[in-house]
Amino acid sequence: MDSLLLRPVPGGLYCEAGDFYVDPTRAVARAVITHGHSDHARAGHGAVLATRETLAIMAERYGEGFAGTTQALSYGEGVTIGGVSVRLAPAGHVLGSAQAVVEHKGMRIVVSGDYKRRRDPTCAPFEPVPCDIFITEATFGLPVFRHPEDAGEIAKLLHSVRLFPERAHLIVAYSLGKAQRIIALLREAGYAEPIFLHGAMAKLCALYEKLGVPLGALRPVMGAPKGELAGKIILAPPSALGDVWSRRLPDPVACFASGWMRVRARARQRGVELPLILSDHADWDELTGTLRDVGAGEVWVTHGQEDALVHQARKDGFRAKALALVGYGDEGEP
Amino acid sequence: MKAFAALIDALVYQPQRNLKLRLLSDYLACAPDPDRGYALAALTGDLDFPHAKPALIRGLVAERCDPVLFDLSYDYVGDLAETVALIWPKKHGANTALSLGEVVEVLRETGKAGLPAALERMLDALEPAERFALLKLITGAMRVGVSARLAKTAVAALGILDVNAIEEVWPGLSPPYETLFAWAAGTGPRPEGARALFRPVMLAHPLEEKDLAEFPPTDYLAEWKWDGIRVQAVSDGGTQRLYSRTGEDIGAAFPDVLSALPEDAVIDGELLILRDGEADSFNALQQRLNRKSVSAKMLAAAPAGIRAYDLLFRDGEDMREHPFERRRGALEGLIAARGSPRLDLSPLVPFATWQELAAHRASPPSPAIEGVMLKRRDSSYMPGRVTGLWWKWKRDPHLIDAVLMYAQRGHGKRSSFYSDYTFGVWQGEALVPVGKAYFGFTDAELKQIDKFVRDNTVETFGPVRVVAHQDGAGLVFEVAFEGLARSARHKSGVAMRFPRINRIRFDKPAREADTLEALQRLLP
Ligand SMILES: [Zn+2]
Ligand SMILES: [Zn+2]
Repeated sequence: MDSLLLRPVPGGLYCEAGDFYVDPTRAVARAVITHGHSDHARAGHGAVLATRETLAIMAERYGEGFAGTTQALSYGEGVTIGGVSVRLAPAGHVLGSAQAVVEHKGMRIVVSGDYKRRRDPTCAPFEPVPCDIFITEATFGLPVFRHPEDAGEIAKLLHSVRLFPERAHLIVAYSLGKAQRIIALLREAGYAEPIFLHGAMAKLCALYEKLGVPLGALRPVMGAPKGELAGKIILAPPSALGDVWSRRLPDPVACFASGWMRVRARARQRGVELPLILSDHADWDELTGTLRDVGAGEVWVTHGQEDALVHQARKDGFRAKALALVGYGDEGEP
Repeated sequence: MKAFAALIDALVYQPQRNLKLRLLSDYLACAPDPDRGYALAALTGDLDFPHAKPALIRGLVAERCDPVLFDLSYDYVGDLAETVALIWPKKHGANTALSLGEVVEVLRETGKAGLPAALERMLDALEPAERFALLKLITGAMRVGVSARLAKTAVAALGILDVNAIEEVWPGLSPPYETLFAWAAGTGPRPEGARALFRPVMLAHPLEEKDLAEFPPTDYLAEWKWDGIRVQAVSDGGTQRLYSRTGEDIGAAFPDVLSALPEDAVIDGELLILRDGEADSFNALQQRLNRKSVSAKMLAAAPAGIRAYDLLFRDGEDMREHPFERRRGALEGLIAARGSPRLDLSPLVPFATWQELAAHRASPPSPAIEGVMLKRRDSSYMPGRVTGLWWKWKRDPHLIDAVLMYAQRGHGKRSSFYSDYTFGVWQGEALVPVGKAYFGFTDAELKQIDKFVRDNTVETFGPVRVVAHQDGAGLVFEVAFEGLARSARHKSGVAMRFPRINRIRFDKPAREADTLEALQRLLP
């Protein structure tokens, strides 16, 4: 059933009663933005409602004038747009990420955006919000995706760093969220060495620190002598893997931090030597568990492996459908 | 099982041979018996479980998983063992540690009826990476990029043994190789070998014509190099075996050859199709290769034989320490005494000067000759490629000019370079791919080609870049190769042997590269 409150249209999810979109994929008059990844947060909207952190990330990526007007909302704080009440609840995906809770005439819909359920030292944990309709992603919506414990993956990385002191460890990871989370996890594991950054990572790391997420000593790769990078950890965006840029590193061990690394063929295809299974998305158990936690009668699946999740949701007694929204997940994983 | 699973995973992702070796040696040094022996057998392909087959795995997973979810997952992952390893549902309280030795013993010793339940218990007990290793044991191929030779080299690295010493005793051993590890560590005696063993073969270095000036012709004997398969024929106390150069037993497909062997001898030679003393081409031999058995019709149509080069053992005497000249004399006597049309001698090529030998090489008496071999008269038979004793002086390779069409990234140290090339020749107005090459150029040239690829990419398909090769664009390679055969599997209808980049012709317009017609004229 298409709700009058929120329905999928070519530009994204549209709320007719309040005349606004959630995470629109094209420029609109009024948008609620769940988080700063580029497939959800685009420049050029008239008015944007989001958390303070998401607005800061968008300003960093697109420049101060990325929208006509902006309004910051704290988690739990509510506003009314054309009679529709909107509030934001933490999604646990990246810093500032939120679920949009939209309510009108006794009907409550939660747009979860991208989310995960495990602990992340760089952002607030996901909060299950009971609702009538729950709109979920399904990036890792297959039962082969069960992410292992973060601590084990970080230990695997540090073991390799000790094993190959003459080589640099090049970790490729998405520059918003994943990179900062890896740094924070390394710090929690007691790694105190300076961590070297590709130029594309530096600004967002600085912003995280400004927003209260401490990351320890960070240095630019640019200008560091090759010899100094031996035995060190370097962070770069995925485009750097196998790129000319990587030739400045001493015999780099290519590491890719992503939920996709669960599947060996995917990791080998990318020429990865050390796959790190670290994801900012819910795995199969988290997805199916979340459906039970929010207890919605109906589930809509936006993007990813919709078929499998819809199948399982129906088996578990939910009414479920795939929205087949296009335009999400374009950065690969975010 | 944890340590073995970690080893398998690390090997899967490690492209560099020396680092693979380090991983293997570390594991073999730390793992206890019998685990390490079974791991070694898994890597050398010497583990076989008569009842544990892939169909069993499919049956089990069908009982434990939703079939729709399994099919969607299998479609996505693409590998049965990996899909099952990842999708297998957790059973609370079932997780226990199992050693590789325990797993192998269950797989070996459980009868057909009990095996499904036994396998299910093990899958419940293990972690995902361990399940993957277990399922790979059952599906057979480990596919971790480790050859049997490399695995044995890692055993040798445990002590001071040479890998060739291990190859010699290997056929007499079976998993879990406890006596081998004890010998390698210096705590046990050399294990007893089996009958009719393979001995590591001696190989020749390629010769550059300019090197010849340094060698006195009188120090060397020359013989023809035949274009067949290098083999070692072993006859020992009534057991006959035929081994490939790498020690693989290929005798089952060649009963005609085995029955021609003399008693108690080890002969090094070339396997060929021999008709009335005439050697046929490599293509003729190919139909007899890679078979488990051979029909009488095939035996009559393509009779095989050995053209002998050398003699390693005779009547129990190890001849390998003797000079080549002496071994050759003994070989001539042995072949003459046996008098079989399936076993003859590769004749010596008489010469006094290098010019004279070059003239013979330029016009060999048979099309099945691919060059000449030079062997120092005083050379003993030493395993491997020993410098300065044996040289192969091949006929000049064929050369064609072809156009670069597609490029793909290399592995390991080359992973940031486009170093694997597909090239083509003209068929009318279009290029048709005729081969692939990934060596023959220097590091400096690789950088130049890499830059050309990046600057001239017109399309990308996954890891493959399509390099501009139309309307006047394109890079020409001079490609060298050893021979050409008809091939139904290739769109061009031809397949090259050993193609490599001989020169890069930045100067040559793509339109002036060779045509498929010109290439086809080189077909035998
Ligand atoms: Zn997304
Ligand atoms: Zn995202």
